[in-house]
Amino acid sequence: MRPFDYTRAGTLDEAGAQLGKTAAVIAGGTNILDLMKLQIMTPERLVDIGRVPGLDGIEADGDGLRVGALVRNSDLAADGRIRAGWPVLSRALLSGASGQIRNKATTGGNLLQRTRCPYFYDPAMACNKREPGAGCAAKEGVGRMLAIFGTSEHCLAAHPSDMAVALRALDAKVAVRAADGSERTLPLDEFYRLPADRPDIETVLGPDGIVTGVVLPAPVAGSVQAYRKVRDRASYAFALVSVAAVVTVEDGRIARARLAFGGVAPRPWANDAVTAMLEGEAPDDALFRAAADRLTADAAPHPDNEFKLPMLRRTLVSVLRETTGLAEPSIGTDRTDAAA
Amino acid sequence: MHTQLDVNGRAYALDHDPRTTLLDALRDHIGLYGTKKGCDHGQCGACTVLVNGRRINSCLTLAAMHDGDEITTVEGLGEPGALAPLQQAFVDCDGYQCGYCTPGQIMSATGMLEEAKAGDPSHVSASLSGDVALDDSEIAERMSGNLCRCSAYPFIRQAIHSVEGKE
Repeated sequence: MRPFDYTRAGTLDEAGAQLGKTAAVIAGGTNILDLMKLQIMTPERLVDIGRVPGLDGIEADGDGLRVGALVRNSDLAADGRIRAGWPVLSRALLSGASGQIRNKATTGGNLLQRTRCPYFYDPAMACNKREPGAGCAAKEGVGRMLAIFGTSEHCLAAHPSDMAVALRALDAKVAVRAADGSERTLPLDEFYRLPADRPDIETVLGPDGIVTGVVLPAPVAGSVQAYRKVRDRASYAFALVSVAAVVTVEDGRIARARLAFGGVAPRPWANDAVTAMLEGEAPDDALFRAAADRLTADAAPHPDNEFKLPMLRRTLVSVLRETTGLAEPSIGTDRTDAAA
Repeated sequence: MHTQLDVNGRAYALDHDPRTTLLDALRDHIGLYGTKKGCDHGQCGACTVLVNGRRINSCLTLAAMHDGDEITTVEGLGEPGALAPLQQAFVDCDGYQCGYCTPGQIMSATGMLEEAKAGDPSHVSASLSGDVALDDSEIAERMSGNLCRCSAYPFIRQAIHSVEGKE
């Protein structure tokens, strides 16, 4: 690692005052230390927010929950309220990383983790995300793990988080503290930027901003929720594709469907046109296939990852069958309680 | 910079570079070599220790982040002649070949058994709310952060099975 100053912040105000363009926040550290060892990130100062009080709890927020930025991935997955009311979030978290990493990685850090694009991770390769203007070696390189939606000519990298995909399907918001101490909450589509011509700027956080938590809306009563992750090995691997679904069927029709897709885009991907095709309709295989075709109609795959299109379509159809009752639920598909 | 660590019940005051990982502090500053450096990137699990009772990768955290924390390494579980049940089970079941991953496997399994006892579900749990039954698939999933390049996995699982439920 390059030399850096380490400071421990006692409060968010202290942390905010120490941040800036050459500084970085550290909390769990499982991603940033990996990147610093490889000199892909070289902050001159690390501001440790790990002991800032008030950020490590899960609190009621209206009918929903507010999850502090320092809540560990394993604690969030195991929380009884999350398991009962937002099970897709538990399932997504449990599908990611390893037991050791989930015990250390935080909610805020999970959102802010960097892509695992092999060209971002190799300082010998051109990468616009690592070095703006350097070019993108992935375009002519091995593209198996790259994104198929939302990319630009400057960057093809996929966002690696499973948790964020579930949060997108749950319509969660990210709580962000600005340099002046003000806080706002943003839907994930506003929190994450698409790469366009600045793939190095991944969120609207800015150099002085701090993620302070995640806000979950009220649980969806009587829903069936699923997180399905397809990957190269059974555990401890990033998604090739994943699907998060929160679906409610009433009187034989799909009353509500929220879908998000992982491993396929620079941020958790969603497509309102697909949802619109499903809502109000009776569950039906032909409908699900048509929705899946609509989803991948505007994909822009790399020659190496065209396989992700049929894989994503089949995974979506399978998840829709299970969440609407056309097929028996498999592990990863859970029902929430009906309204009290 | 200065950091206080409680390692296996003993207090250590370290004077170290900010870059020192918890793993390097244990090995190079304190001289406890049971905790192994494999990949140094959190992929292999050889460096697993307990921090305040929970298993983590000691390579992916800075010593400075653990001022005042209680660390347990494989040396703190048991010693020759007075092995912890899980250590003895790895011997009895031949849960290794070269042995390099073994301290990490044992520390990870120690933490994992507590997680299962607390009812924490895993990716392969059929229900998010039921009791945890540690069958082979549950153990394999929960131990997926520990690689054994000799591939002693069947005997590692057997060793973990043999202590499960015993105190």
